[in-house]
Amino acid sequence: MSIHTPIAAPALNAPWPLRDKIAFAGIGTTAYGNFPDTDSYGLGCEALNGALDDAGLKPSDIDGLIVNRIPSYERFAEIMGIDPQYCLMTEAPGRFASVSLALAAQAIATGAAKHVALVYGNNGRSVRMQYGGGDSQWAPWGMTSPGAIHAMMWRRHMHQFGTTHADLGAVSTAFRHHACLNPDAVMHGRPMTTADHAEARPICEPLKLLDYCLINDGAVAWIVTSAERARDLKRPPVLLSGYTRQDAFHYGSSPADDFWYGNLSACRSVYDRAGIGRDDLSGLGIYDNFSPTVLFSLEGLGFCAQGEGGEFVKDGTLQLGRGRWPTNTSGGHLSDSYMQGWGIIAECVRQLRHDCDARQIPDAQALQYICATNIAQSLILRRAA
Amino acid sequence: MSLATRPRPVVDVWSRPFWEACREHKLILQRCRATGQCFFPPAPVSPFTGKPAWDWVTASGQGELWSFVVFHQSYFEGMKDEMPYPVAMVKLDEGPYLLTNLAGIDAADATIGMRLAVGFPGGPDGFVLPQFGPAEQAS
Repeated sequence: MSIHTPIAAPALNAPWPLRDKIAFAGIGTTAYGNFPDTDSYGLGCEALNGALDDAGLKPSDIDGLIVNRIPSYERFAEIMGIDPQYCLMTEAPGRFASVSLALAAQAIATGAAKHVALVYGNNGRSVRMQYGGGDSQWAPWGMTSPGAIHAMMWRRHMHQFGTTHADLGAVSTAFRHHACLNPDAVMHGRPMTTADHAEARPICEPLKLLDYCLINDGAVAWIVTSAERARDLKRPPVLLSGYTRQDAFHYGSSPADDFWYGNLSACRSVYDRAGIGRDDLSGLGIYDNFSPTVLFSLEGLGFCAQGEGGEFVKDGTLQLGRGRWPTNTSGGHLSDSYMQGWGIIAECVRQLRHDCDARQIPDAQALQYICATNIAQSLILRRAA
Repeated sequence: MSLATRPRPVVDVWSRPFWEACREHKLILQRCRATGQCFFPPAPVSPFTGKPAWDWVTASGQGELWSFVVFHQSYFEGMKDEMPYPVAMVKLDEGPYLLTNLAGIDAADATIGMRLAVGFPGGPDGFVLPQFGPAEQAS
């Protein structure tokens, strides 16, 4: 029971003013892995150059810049020779991937910028980044790390709804299957079975190694602009049809006692905003820092009832070629690389451009992105007609 | 007692009374004057009203096990010799949650929903940490 009343999803009776107004014009990603000879600036420049080439733009065309996990926007702009009129660095957690996109969309919609470059760069692997430790409210008891927060919620979910650790195996193996179809994925060529998932070494029980995302070096860049301007650029635009966000900060800095169900449920209004229903979607991108978040996301957005996520995914529902909801077709954070949502959104754009070869969702027309955290969000992207 | 090497609490102006009470083996919480509801971690205002109208009250020290995890990954040098160690999320009878450790029970024997009561194991330099073990029957 939360200390605040549950959040009801707002019903919208008027079209969202930003529906289909903003487009992805360019996408760039580096290889993902262990690159000690560069840093997040070097990786970010490589990704942004990829995105500029993809869009057919030059650095001087960029008048908006948002950087994430790159230490200084000033230094990054200086390095790339960009003098923007809109410049920002967003917070480190992965929930800020789609927050950053929304900020860029708002900047474009208001005329604050025309072409916004969003650049994520992370050399977490080569600097031995550990997502845990340090001083915090709960450190004297040894409580730390995002994985432990998810493990705490997942044990409760199992108790409350009868889900099991094996239910998570369907998530991890589906994404690994996709990584094996993706030559660029870190886990390409390394198939995984549900037995491998069950027998992996424990990290923070009840979660085991194959419930955790990968920590890798890499970078992702997106260039977004108005849908109108995007039509004159090099590649077919992918439209941001709808975006919703609902925050909830009432858990005493502890794991969320409702699995973020309240604030995730509020994000169901993304369908109204986008004017695209669930049945019209071809697949999903779900922020999977740990396998349980995928089930929390599916339950919160209404793909199944709360508590039924395990049953929902168990027969390959998330797997390309098997299920109705191919999800994280690049391999996701669990098997492609942990680019904190940025890579998953890039994959959605590539799917909608039909650029994905062996892992392509046939005739993909619209995809939904979901991020389950205390800042819950969802996006619907679609291929421009 | 391995408390000697554990991370020390981050004590700020709002949480200092909580930690001082622990030294006296008392668990205290802030209670909102308007709603009568307790909250934690300690804060300048009640989250129910946004107003600085609250009192410190002594909690019952009783609650139930909401969930728990067992760490096999080392994040704190000073806790290496305790691995694997459990962390419990306890819902106090007064409402707030505490993240704490299980004491006097193995994680293998813990069950969600079980009744727990606070204890105050002490370490050097007066460092006292509230932890939770099985509550007495019929308490």
